[in-house]
Amino acid sequence: MFDLSGKCALVTGATGGIGGAIARALHGQGATVALSGRQAEKLEALAGELGERAHVAPCDLGDLDAVDALPKQAAEAMGGLHIVVSNAGVTRDGLMLMMKPEMWDEVIRVNLTAYFRLAKAALRGMTRQRFGRIIAVASVVGVTGNPGQANYAASKAGMIGMTKSLAAEVASRNVTVNCIAPGFIATAMTGALNDQQKEAILSKIPAGEMGAPEDVAAAAVYLASEEARYVTGQTLHVNGGMAMI
Amino acid sequence: MSDLAERVKKIVVEHLDVDPAKVEPKASFIDDLGADSLDIVELVMAFEEEFDVEIPDDAAETIQTVGDAINFITEQKK
Ligand SMILES: NC(=O)c1ccc[n+]([C@@H]2O[C@H](COP(=O)([O-])OP(=O)(O)OC[C@H]3O[C@@H](n4cnc5c(N)ncnc54)[C@H](OP(=O)(O)O)[C@@H]3O)[C@@H](O)[C@H]2O)c1
Repeated sequence: MFDLSGKCALVTGATGGIGGAIARALHGQGATVALSGRQAEKLEALAGELGERAHVAPCDLGDLDAVDALPKQAAEAMGGLHIVVSNAGVTRDGLMLMMKPEMWDEVIRVNLTAYFRLAKAALRGMTRQRFGRIIAVASVVGVTGNPGQANYAASKAGMIGMTKSLAAEVASRNVTVNCIAPGFIATAMTGALNDQQKEAILSKIPAGEMGAPEDVAAAAVYLASEEARYVTGQTLHVNGGMAMI
Repeated sequence: MSDLAERVKKIVVEHLDVDPAKVEPKASFIDDLGADSLDIVELVMAFEEEFDVEIPDDAAETIQTVGDAINFITEQKK
């Protein structure tokens, strides 16, 4: 089950905790991967570690023209493109009363607009080849909201809404579009929290601990697989029970 | 039919899997040939590649019949 041999996958945010784990897991199932992020050296190091079937495709998602070009670039390097994982994301937290418009704009651009541009650019090839898997890493807060994260929650809720619409548009072409909504996962993003914040969070997670990037990666492997062909427009929550929706 | 019209017809027949006899200039993609809106987008993309032309999104919306497509591409190629 979940064999991905012969499939080519582009993963954004592959220099980060969750993206790195997703790239490793897809590669482990036999996929060829194109690793994207801004830190070229980190991408090279991961590609080196994976060995065969690994390519690097550096891109700043704040530069939307570069985002438009990324799927083609990745497809040329890999010899095809079947799976796109839009995983890169940023936070610029603050109470909304204090939130500067730039904090809003940056988060919406990198998290939501880049997802739109990336998916759109990848779709041509996917509809033509009558196969595609688009997977977006959203967040539990896109569904529940979270004080201090109005911009981030809006971007993640936007990803979920776009995913549902696009899923309906391209389902007849054997292209599925789904979100994964992680809860709290131990990465650099959550490493920035202080002990008090961490304790408050853990008290709300029935599983009693933060998730690992590999927990999210397993969901990506499933959604990318042939076995998930009939699953589209969904949001798969990976959160240790902290929100049951 | 001109050579260009024949090429348009061939793409339509292949993409929509329809009887070539039905693909005449006045045939509407949606009403007569059973296309959905996504088929039209895909046809436009196929025309762009075959004829090496750019069909902007707002022009694509005006292409409703086989004749519309032939006329649009003929104009672009002038
Ligand atoms: N950790 C959690 O608890 C959690 C929970 C819910 C959702 N998520 C979501 O999971 C995804 C991955 O997060 P993570 O926890 O793995 O965070 P992370 O370790 O901080 O990684 C973030 C990734 O995003 C990339 N990125 C940020 N801005 C970019 C830009 N302008 N252009 C290109 N790449 C950019 C970074 O790449 P470079 O540094 O190379 O540019 C990095 O690879 C994000 O979408 C996040 O919102 C995380």
